[in-house]
Amino acid sequence: MSIDITGVSKRYGHFVALEGIDLSLPRGQLTALLGPSGGGKTTLLRIIAGLETPDTGSVVIEGKDATRLPVQKRNVGFVFQHYAAFKHLSVARNVAFGLEIRKKPEDEVRAKVEELLALVHLSQFADRLPSQLSGGQRQRMALARALAIEPTVLLLDEPFGALDAKVRKELRDWLRRLHDEVHVTTVFVTHDQEEALEVADEIVVVNQGRVEQVGTPDQLYDDPANDFVMGFLGETTTLGGVVLRPHDIEVDRGPGRAGAQEAVVVRVLRVGFEVRVSAETTAGEQVTVSMTRTHAKALHVDEGATLWLCPAVGAATVPSMPFRLRDGVVA
Amino acid sequence: MSVQLEPRPPSLTVGPAPRRRTPSHNLTRTSGIGLGLTMTWFSLLVLIPLAAVVATAAAGGPDGFGRPVTNEQTAAAIRITVLAAFSVTLVNVVMGTMIAWVLVRDRFPGKALLELVIDVPFALPTIVAGLVLLSLYGNDSPLGLELANTGWSIYLAFLFVTLPFVVRMVQPVLEELDQEVEEAAASLGASRLTTFRRIVLPALAPAIAAGAALSFARAVGEYGSLVLLSGNLPFESEVTSVRILSAIENDNRATAAAIATLLLVISLLVIVVLDVVQRRVARRG
Repeated sequence: MSIDITGVSKRYGHFVALEGIDLSLPRGQLTALLGPSGGGKTTLLRIIAGLETPDTGSVVIEGKDATRLPVQKRNVGFVFQHYAAFKHLSVARNVAFGLEIRKKPEDEVRAKVEELLALVHLSQFADRLPSQLSGGQRQRMALARALAIEPTVLLLDEPFGALDAKVRKELRDWLRRLHDEVHVTTVFVTHDQEEALEVADEIVVVNQGRVEQVGTPDQLYDDPANDFVMGFLGETTTLGGVVLRPHDIEVDRGPGRAGAQEAVVVRVLRVGFEVRVSAETTAGEQVTVSMTRTHAKALHVDEGATLWLCPAVGAATVPSMPFRLRDGVVA
Repeated sequence: MSVQLEPRPPSLTVGPAPRRRTPSHNLTRTSGIGLGLTMTWFSLLVLIPLAAVVATAAAGGPDGFGRPVTNEQTAAAIRITVLAAFSVTLVNVVMGTMIAWVLVRDRFPGKALLELVIDVPFALPTIVAGLVLLSLYGNDSPLGLELANTGWSIYLAFLFVTLPFVVRMVQPVLEELDQEVEEAAASLGASRLTTFRRIVLPALAPAIAAGAALSFARAVGEYGSLVLLSGNLPFESEVTSVRILSAIENDNRATAAAIATLLLVISLLVIVVLDVVQRRVARRG
């Protein structure tokens, strides 16, 4: 394991940021810490980096206890949401900073900086100041700067959070490809489930200072541990006391299937190729169903129509819990 | 304080870029009136009086200018003033930055009060400042430091009246400084000292230089807080502003103007030097 976190807790006054976190991240993997804002994922990342110290618990990096090690000694690369560029230094000197601190010989530094700038496609911008770069370019510079010290682990805190949607998507793909090239153990924080599902090898869902679930994107999507994880990874609805995805509901005009529930269509909303149907079951449950335009047309789904709904075969479902019990870590 | 012009990024358009002549101004009627007002105001208050002083000083020819400032007593006063102003400015650069740092980065009881007290030397009439200092460092000093009527009294008065300048210039810049940048430097292995020297200081340099320039200019021209405290002993605690006043009292305007012009040149020189130093520090790192 590259990073082992055991029993880590952190409080700020009365606010519990993290509580009893146990987590092991294997070497060379790209892991996403996913969760809502204020859930503790950034605090966890900063504790791994040594920018915060945990109240209890330990952090072991590459088999070495790093809990009391200052950030300078941990050899981690850290990328901030707002770039944290050294504004008065050129792009090349930003990247060279960590190497100069390590008193590497000048030609070695120059070669390394050139190599990294080529890697992040910024070679022709070497002599510019950060203020002359776009947001996406600045973040790539920050990434090159972090990679320059050949970090044991690379930590990214909402790295694409400040960028617009298009650039974010480009950089996301690019980060994935970069990781496949560089293979450094990488942890990134995000609140965007699409980003996590698309980029990460493994996702750690963090909420209210706890780990809700750890797994591959497929595991999390197909087999969520609870309704929070399910709800966070995509849209959900409830049918007959279970939480499931709106597109995992079979729709019929007659009571053909076993367990199908009768419902009356309240509203039909068309968004492009998709039709979202709001219906109310005879038990008074509000259900959202999503289906394709063609399917809806064939079934004549209109307001006031009666439908029979049941979960599709193999649909991911979790029992709905209006008052959820905190039962600790589910892994 | 200074705007650094960076080379423009190369144009991305293909083919020969159309040559456009940059107009020498971009003034509309309204902004033209604004500029006119500014210049009139500035001329009435600053440029014309300054020019008058320089003209008076130059009227006596090189000899009329040289004799007063090479007068032994005047030369001593200039030396004493400039040396004290320079030393005090150096102290302010260090102490002012430190005080600003404490005010911005630390939280402690009584901080709001300290914030207020910093401005007292600004708010206090200088003659009152002189009285305050005299009661503390004069004869029968409760601290046992009888500095009045010695050369040290000049340093004391200068330090008192120039204290807020660097603090107040550095403080807002420090507040705006992104602490993540310092964390980034730390994560790259930089010690706190290295981070300060290579990352924080270059960002603060323009503000420190501006504060230092103000501090120096204020010290060179200081009069009110000194007259009670220093005793105006020639060759020991007599400063230039006192020399100028006594020249005028003796109805010797040409001498007064000559000394004033020299002070003006020294102040300008210091401001230029500070700007050069500031630019160098801001680019290093």
